[in-house]
Amino acid sequence: MNASTHPVTPTIDPAEAAHFGRMAADWWDPKGSSAMLHRLNPVRLGYIRAAVDTHWHGNPDTFTPLEGRRALDVGCGAGLLAEPLARLGATVTALDAAPENIAVARAHAVGQRLTIDYRAVGVETLADERFDLVTCMEVIEHVSDPAGFVAALARVLAPDGLLILSTPNRTPLSRLGIITVSEGLGRIPKGTHDWDRFIRPEELAVLLTSAGLRVTDTTGLAFSPGRGLVLSENVALNYLVTAVADSGSS
Amino acid sequence: MTVRMENTPDSLHDVVILGGGLVGITLAIALDAHGLTSAVIDPASPATTLAPGFDGRASAVASAAWRMLGAIGVAARLEGQGCPIAAIRVTDGLAPGGLVFDPAPEDGAVGIMFENRRLRRALREAAEAAPNVTLFTPATPAQVTRDADGVRVMLEDGRTVAGALLVAAEGRNSPTRAAAGINVATWQYDHAAIIASVRHEHPHDGIAHEIFYPAGPFAILPLVDDAEGRHRSAIVWTVAGKDAEGMLALGDRGFAAEAEKKMGGLLGAITLASPRTTYPLGFHHAARITGERLALVGDAAHGIHPIAGQGLNLGFRDVAALVEVLVEAKRLGLDPGDAQGLARYERWRALDTFMVAAATDSLNRLFGLRGRTAAAARRFGLGAVQRLSPLKDRFMAEARGETGTLPKLLQGIAV
Repeated sequence: MNASTHPVTPTIDPAEAAHFGRMAADWWDPKGSSAMLHRLNPVRLGYIRAAVDTHWHGNPDTFTPLEGRRALDVGCGAGLLAEPLARLGATVTALDAAPENIAVARAHAVGQRLTIDYRAVGVETLADERFDLVTCMEVIEHVSDPAGFVAALARVLAPDGLLILSTPNRTPLSRLGIITVSEGLGRIPKGTHDWDRFIRPEELAVLLTSAGLRVTDTTGLAFSPGRGLVLSENVALNYLVTAVADSGSS
Repeated sequence: MTVRMENTPDSLHDVVILGGGLVGITLAIALDAHGLTSAVIDPASPATTLAPGFDGRASAVASAAWRMLGAIGVAARLEGQGCPIAAIRVTDGLAPGGLVFDPAPEDGAVGIMFENRRLRRALREAAEAAPNVTLFTPATPAQVTRDADGVRVMLEDGRTVAGALLVAAEGRNSPTRAAAGINVATWQYDHAAIIASVRHEHPHDGIAHEIFYPAGPFAILPLVDDAEGRHRSAIVWTVAGKDAEGMLALGDRGFAAEAEKKMGGLLGAITLASPRTTYPLGFHHAARITGERLALVGDAAHGIHPIAGQGLNLGFRDVAALVEVLVEAKRLGLDPGDAQGLARYERWRALDTFMVAAATDSLNRLFGLRGRTAAAARRFGLGAVQRLSPLKDRFMAEARGETGTLPKLLQGIAV
């Protein structure tokens, strides 16, 4: 609950800011190497918004459903998700292991006049901070110890908190769609994924349950030729999971 | 960079709209109704644009667009000022017969005729009353900057207006569109439209007439009676480009006599009720309607032949689609200038504007033909138009996929 040990407003060296500003232009370029993430963003934000409104009984027509809430985005990259969470009213902390990502994210947030607490640390390093909303998109398939990672996510979740994860499924379709086609054609930078590390929904559910959480929703992310990436019942390619603290009563 | 320093966050608008015409101002009001902020910048002073002689034109507001004006609180300000079109009568010259487009009772009026100055006044008042609209009128943009961080418009008077998305609603010669390097396909008809309001002896009974002459259509569009109870209509008279000057040079009485002749005594004796204006006819279609933090709406995006009275309605449909995209994006925390939202707007509007432009163009060409065979073809063509509509609707719905849905505002409901 105490964030005073962490500086909220980073001091940016102008030369460094200019350097990362140029990089940010590519990171944030909707046609650049992160094009797939840009297209995915409205879809997964739609999922997050619905989950938030359901969990806290919010009105879906408002613009700041996260007002007064603390959000943590783990594996934030250049801030594609952290910035919308901040616009939705949350006080956002965002973590990424790569310092260069954090620098790019900071530079971009300054341009957008958003205050986001970006830190180049792992979630395990957070001591006594707790968050109402924890998001972790397309990260767990990259970590070496998924169980320990999920336990760390559970630990920073506030008692009435909401955890939302997304990750590719481990199916022949995801191998074809993500590794062979997307990486093969350069839609996603080559070497981004290791299929053997992909986690099936039922495996993730076990990890979450072991960490004291309860899965409340699993929704697929599918590709439709006519409409692009859409939320779907089909979890074969990629999926999103919502979990809450298991109070033990259910 | 000093420009940016001058802006405090509370001077940031969601949308900066260049052009405070009918479409631009409607966009601002519709955004306000949903809690999005906007700034409207227009060099013209409202004292000028609201003056009686400024714009003698009248517009048919289609029923879907009227539902939108209702949903955003503008329709109430226009109560009793519009004339519902009960039916449209299309004839080949003054030959008997022709077609009557008669809407089914449940569909209501085909549209409502308004004098543009009344629309302008109602919209102006609604915009002034809207808490999320800031009007910079008159103000002339000196420099417009769009980049990854946002848009900034420096005005000639030194003020700066900043926002997340720039909307060009500047009309057919949009300088913003040109500066963005967006190509425009144009087709110039060798015709001009002379537009005026007339008073006439007999009531029009809410019927609009499209009388097709070899030189082009002569349209009579019903208006509400004036304060003295005199019957009025707007006329749109298409003449060969070379004849336009001569027609304008005619005295008022001479012009009225010519018009009366063209109308075949349909509404009795005619007198002029407004100054005449002339507009060259053409259609234009921008290759793209979006760019980095930029969206085009209304005539800046597309202009069509006024034969079917669809120009303003296309602009209103742009507004409805863009508002829905922006409101939904804001509910997801996305930046109003986000490329994904703009891509959605582009897809949503592309087919509709092209189909309407193509349909009105072919309709006009059909009536530009001369001779007896052509007249027969026209009569056949008129029937085809009537039959075409449901077919066109179905095709469009199928071809559009997710974008086939009608924007909510056009269904009369808020986003």
